[in-house]
Amino acid sequence: MKKALKIVVLAKQVPDTRNVGKDAMTAEGTVNRAALPAIFNPEDLNALELALRLKDECEGSTVHILTMGPFRAADIIRDAMYRGADGGYLLTDRKFAGSDTLATSYALSCALRQIGADVIVAGRQAIDGDTAQVGPQVAEKLGLPQVTYAEEVLQIEESALIIRRRLEHGVEVVKTPLPAVITVNNSAAAIRPQNARLVMKYKYAMIPSEIAAAPESLSAKMCGERDYLRIVEMSVADIECDEAQLGLTGSPTKVKKIENVVFQAKEAKRLSSEDSDINDLMVELISSHTLG
Amino acid sequence: MNLFRAIRSVNSLLKMNNIFVYIESEQGVVADVSLELLTKGRELADKLGVKLEAVLLGENLSGMEKELAQYGADTVWVADDKIFAPFRTLPHTSVLCGLIKAEQPQIVLFGATPIGRDFAPRVSSALHSGLTADCTQLEIGPHKDPKSGKEYSDLLYQIRPAFGGNIIATIVNPDHRPQMATVREGVMRKQVAAQTAAGEIKPIEWKQYITEEDLAVEIISRQIEERKINIKGAGIIVAGGYGMGSKENFRLCHELAEVLGGEVGASRAAVDAGFTEHERQVGQTGVTVRPKLYIACGISGQIQHTAGMDESAMIISINKDANAPINKIADYAITGDVSEVIPMMIKYYKQNSK
Repeated sequence: MKKALKIVVLAKQVPDTRNVGKDAMTAEGTVNRAALPAIFNPEDLNALELALRLKDECEGSTVHILTMGPFRAADIIRDAMYRGADGGYLLTDRKFAGSDTLATSYALSCALRQIGADVIVAGRQAIDGDTAQVGPQVAEKLGLPQVTYAEEVLQIEESALIIRRRLEHGVEVVKTPLPAVITVNNSAAAIRPQNARLVMKYKYAMIPSEIAAAPESLSAKMCGERDYLRIVEMSVADIECDEAQLGLTGSPTKVKKIENVVFQAKEAKRLSSEDSDINDLMVELISSHTLG
Repeated sequence: MNLFRAIRSVNSLLKMNNIFVYIESEQGVVADVSLELLTKGRELADKLGVKLEAVLLGENLSGMEKELAQYGADTVWVADDKIFAPFRTLPHTSVLCGLIKAEQPQIVLFGATPIGRDFAPRVSSALHSGLTADCTQLEIGPHKDPKSGKEYSDLLYQIRPAFGGNIIATIVNPDHRPQMATVREGVMRKQVAAQTAAGEIKPIEWKQYITEEDLAVEIISRQIEERKINIKGAGIIVAGGYGMGSKENFRLCHELAEVLGGEVGASRAAVDAGFTEHERQVGQTGVTVRPKLYIACGISGQIQHTAGMDESAMIISINKDANAPINKIADYAITGDVSEVIPMMIKYYKQNSK
C-alpha cells in the first residue's frame, strides 16, 4: 500500500482576462477590470486534478486548497471541495494588499510551514499576471526541490515521485524526492467535473467571516454543527511571519506607471466579403509582391 | 535582518555594478534569446557605463565565448561540468546566486524560456530581489518614490503588458539588487555589436556553491523534438483566432497558408480552445513575429495578441465584427465570415497568380 500523502494545492481566484467582452470595455477603449467575472485560475484546476489523482492512488491522502485573497475567494475553495478536495485555507488580511509575487510567495510559504505538506501543487501561472513565479519562489522559501510544467505523475515511490514534464520542444521525466513543489501545465489532465454528492455535502461550507456576516443563515447553522464545513481562515496573526516582508512594503518591485491600453485607430482600408473586393485585394497583393 | 538587508543594499548601490545576462545553450548552440539579451544588455551597459557580463553554465562550453563577445559580452563567466547539463533547477540556482552575491551585478537578465521561467523566480526568492516576467521593453531612467519622495537615478524600467494585456505596466525595483527581468524570445532584436567585446573568460569557482541537496532531482529520460514549427522565421503568417469556431474550421488557416507559402499562427484563445498547438501562439505569452504579411482570421485583437504581431509590415484582418479592435491596427479590414472569405482568398489568389 502506498503511503498517505498530505497534499496542498496553491490556487488563485482571478479575473477572467481571456475573454474581455464588450461589457467590460469602457467608452475610452480601456478595460473595466471590475466588470470581469472572477474564476478559478485555469492551470490551478489542472493542478487540483493532479492532486486528486495522487489522492486516488494513495489511500488516506488529503487534498487541501491554500489561497490568498479576499473573502469571496472562498468560492474557489468550495468549488474544489465539490470536485474532491477535503477542505481549504483562505489566507486573508489587508496587510497582504499590494503584494508582488515575492511577498505573495513569502506569505504562502509561512502558511505552508504551519499547515505542513508532503506535496505542494500549483498551476504553472495565473492568467492575470502570467508570471509563473509564485510556485518556484515558494519552493525556494521552503528549501524544497521543484518540478515545473508537470503533466503527469508516472510513479509514486516511498518518498519520491516520478513525473513527466513538458519542455518547449519535448518532454522530460524526472524523479524528485518529497516533499516537493510541483507546478502543473495546461497540457496536463483536465479537471474532473463537480460531483453532485459532494455539492450536496459541501454547499454550506463557509469561512468564519462569512458566518459572522450572516449568523442567522442556514449555512452558519450547518457550519456550527458540522466541522467539515468550516473552511479555515488565516490572517497575518495566524501565521508566523516578519510583517515587513508582506504586502506593498515587502514587495521589491514597485509599479511606477500603469497605462491603459487604448486602441489607437489607424486608417484601415475597409473591404466587404464580396467577390470583387477579395479579388481586387489579391490582385493588389500580388502586384505589390507581398504575395508570390 | 532588515538592518542587514539595508546595509547590503547601500553597499551594492555604492559599487560599480555590471549587467549579467544568463546564457542558455543546447549542444554548443547559444539560444537566440540569449543573443537578443546581450544586444539589449550592451545598449544598457553603455548607457550606464558598466560592463556586460555573460554567465554560461553547461557542459563542453569551450569556444562559445567568441560568439558571446561578438554580441558585446566583456566578460564570460563559465561553469563547465556535467552537473549543469541538461538543465536542472537547483544547481543553476545555487551557482548563479553565489556568483551574484560575489559580483553584485545591478541588473540580471534571463530569457523568458522554460528554463528562465523555472529558475529566475527561485534566484529572486533566494536573493529577495524583484523579478519582472516577460518584459517587452527595458529602459534606464530616474524614479521618484511617490510616498517617501526619495529619488533614484538610473533604474531599470521593466515594461510589460499585464492583466491579459489590457494594461502596460512599468515596474521598477528601487531598493533591491539585482534588478531582474525575463524577456521572451523574439521580443528584442539580435544584432552583432558595433565592436567585438573582449569576451574574457572567467571560470566560476562553482564547487563552493553546490550542496548535495542541489542534486536531489534526477533526470530519468529526456526527449527533445526537432522544432517542427517555425513561425518566427515565416514571411507570411495566417493566424486563426477563437472566431475560427472549431478545430475543423481552423484547417482553413492551414489551407490558405499552404497556398500562399506561409505558416500558421494562432491567438491564445484559439490555443486555449484546443484548435491548434501552443507552438503556434503569437503574442505576449507566445511568439513575437514580424512577417511581411500577417492575416488575422477571426482574431479580435486583444493586446495580448497584438503585442506579438503589430510590427508586421502588412496586416489584413478578417472579422465578422467591423469594430473588432484588430481592425484598428490592420491595413485591410475585411468584414465577413472567415469560412466564406478564406476560400475566396484561395480561389482569387490561384486565379490571379498564374
